[in-house]
Amino acid sequence: MNDIVLPVLWAVLGGAIRVGTPFLFVSLGECLTEQSGRINLGLEGVLVLSSMAAFGGAYLSGSAWAGVALAMVAGALLAGVHGVLCGLRRVNDIAMGIAVMMLGTGLAFYLGKPLIQPQAPTLQPIVLGGASSSAQLQAALSINPLFPIGVVIALALAWLLANTRWGLIVRMVGDSSDAARAQGISVNRVRTSTTMAGGAIAGLGGASLTLFYPGSWNELLSSGQGLIAIALVIFARWRPLACLWASLLFGGAGALGPALQSVGINSAYYLFNAVPYALTLLILILACTPHRRLQGAPSELSVQR
Amino acid sequence: MSPRTLAAIEAAALPILAVAAALLAFGLFAAWGGYPPLEVWRLLFVGAFGDAFSWQNSLQRAAPLMLTALCVAIPAQAGLMVIGGEGALVVGALATAAMPYLLAVPAGIAGTGLLLVAAILGGAAFGALIGAMRQWRGVNETISGLLLAYLVINLFKHVVEGPMRDPASLNKPSTRPLEESLLIGTLPGMDVHWGLVWGVIACAAASLWLLLTTHGFATRVVGGNPRAAGLVGLPAHRLVITACALGGAAAGLAGGFEVAAVHTAANASVISGLGYAGILVSFVARHQPLAIIPVAIVLGGFGAAGSLLQRRLGMPDASVQVLLGFAFVLILAAEVGRGRLRWPGSRSRSAA
Repeated sequence: MNDIVLPVLWAVLGGAIRVGTPFLFVSLGECLTEQSGRINLGLEGVLVLSSMAAFGGAYLSGSAWAGVALAMVAGALLAGVHGVLCGLRRVNDIAMGIAVMMLGTGLAFYLGKPLIQPQAPTLQPIVLGGASSSAQLQAALSINPLFPIGVVIALALAWLLANTRWGLIVRMVGDSSDAARAQGISVNRVRTSTTMAGGAIAGLGGASLTLFYPGSWNELLSSGQGLIAIALVIFARWRPLACLWASLLFGGAGALGPALQSVGINSAYYLFNAVPYALTLLILILACTPHRRLQGAPSELSVQR
Repeated sequence: MSPRTLAAIEAAALPILAVAAALLAFGLFAAWGGYPPLEVWRLLFVGAFGDAFSWQNSLQRAAPLMLTALCVAIPAQAGLMVIGGEGALVVGALATAAMPYLLAVPAGIAGTGLLLVAAILGGAAFGALIGAMRQWRGVNETISGLLLAYLVINLFKHVVEGPMRDPASLNKPSTRPLEESLLIGTLPGMDVHWGLVWGVIACAAASLWLLLTTHGFATRVVGGNPRAAGLVGLPAHRLVITACALGGAAAGLAGGFEVAAVHTAANASVISGLGYAGILVSFVARHQPLAIIPVAIVLGGFGAAGSLLQRRLGMPDASVQVLLGFAFVLILAAEVGRGRLRWPGSRSRSAA
């Protein structure tokens, strides 16, 4: 019994960080964007495009960290398209998000075609389990070097939003654009910049997909992780620190299928893959209420109206 | 020139301008990659509508797009943005392929009808679930629709590669192929299957329902102004869930045709993004069911031309995806121009 339970447990714990890191970055990016009152479903496209950019950058420059930087730039640019166009009158941010999702995926597949075969330098893990003799434990404790950056961003976002003038402006724009306008703040400029910053953060998630795990570029890389992350923000009630815990939880759930496969339980592979989606839906059904807006939700958010 | 005619001209002109701008942007994008833009544009046209063969190819692709576009357009009339059409299509395909496993399907047209009814019901249940979650629990339909789509795609793969796998399908896991008598043939004298006719019928029926029936009108009232709908006592929950179910039914039917007329069995080929392309079709058609028919043919044509771009110029297979992405972004951005079209000398309508 222990032969199966322990390896699966370690794989799930390690997977919580490995699989959860992209969730973390995308949900933090979305959290920042939504705090300013706009929803960007296009982060799914940002995730795919930036993962391709990260791989391409690392492959061409020979440095994984150059790839990470390129992923952030690509993410910010694509999110910028969403940010700028949603500032126009009558342009619907949810629909534009879907369009940006399609455009980002299309661009990534088009530009990423020559990148499917080659190998690029990958990010070296931070090994915490070196002292342990168990191979599984060592694998579980080889941590994605981007993960600590994500934790820092989560802490920083939580602090900045709660305690600084900048955070107050973002939250005011998200809760009442009229009040912000009365203060002489340009609502569009704030929203465009939070959307672009959110895209850059989500770009780190893309980089961790191609440069750490799974560590190569192909067209099946992202299958809705960006969308799960967007739903996670609702689960986390728009709090950056809660995004961290939610991402780890979902990373663990997502690691269950491959973990069971590694110990020879193959028959229900796709069913386990479906677990994160089912879990997200269940959480949404339990967390949402039909008649009033969710606690913690920015009131300008169009999903809330 | 009455404001009404002007609005009608504008409703047609804005999407056409946006698609033209997308073609221009795509040409520049191709030129940046070293492909000759003039040749790209020419091949897009030739591949879509150049001869009888490409016309048939375009119509073949347009048929499922009409049905999946309805999955967006009908709920949009009730004020919802349901984009889980890919999921409804997959459910419809699975329901069609599963029927022979569940019961003895009669041979011939009665059996085919039974399969398509199963597809419609499966898609409708999928759509109704999205609507119910939205109305009863306040779950955003855009997010739940996408999540449900990923969920059912995984269930589909599980069933196709597990319990319902045909042992004879070695390299590409599939369900057992449908019997010959159950398959749907092509239209007389053409290479296009009957799904095209049903797509046109569904769009026409949806249009009549919206414009001529009380139920359709009530749905549009709920979508246009939920508060007014509540004040006059319209059953918003029922109308919204029905609209979602009808949309899901259309996409489910598309899945049924994919199995019974194209692939003959349920396998991974069914999941080819038709549901997502339908979203774009519906937006370009401004969620008007009748307008979906020509838009689906044009965008289906671009899809057909994609393989020609790949063959002649060696462009990546995602080229058309990029073109459609440009088109989608621009069509939404074009909304900003609505109400700005003026006849020289007349007052701006947006001021009125």
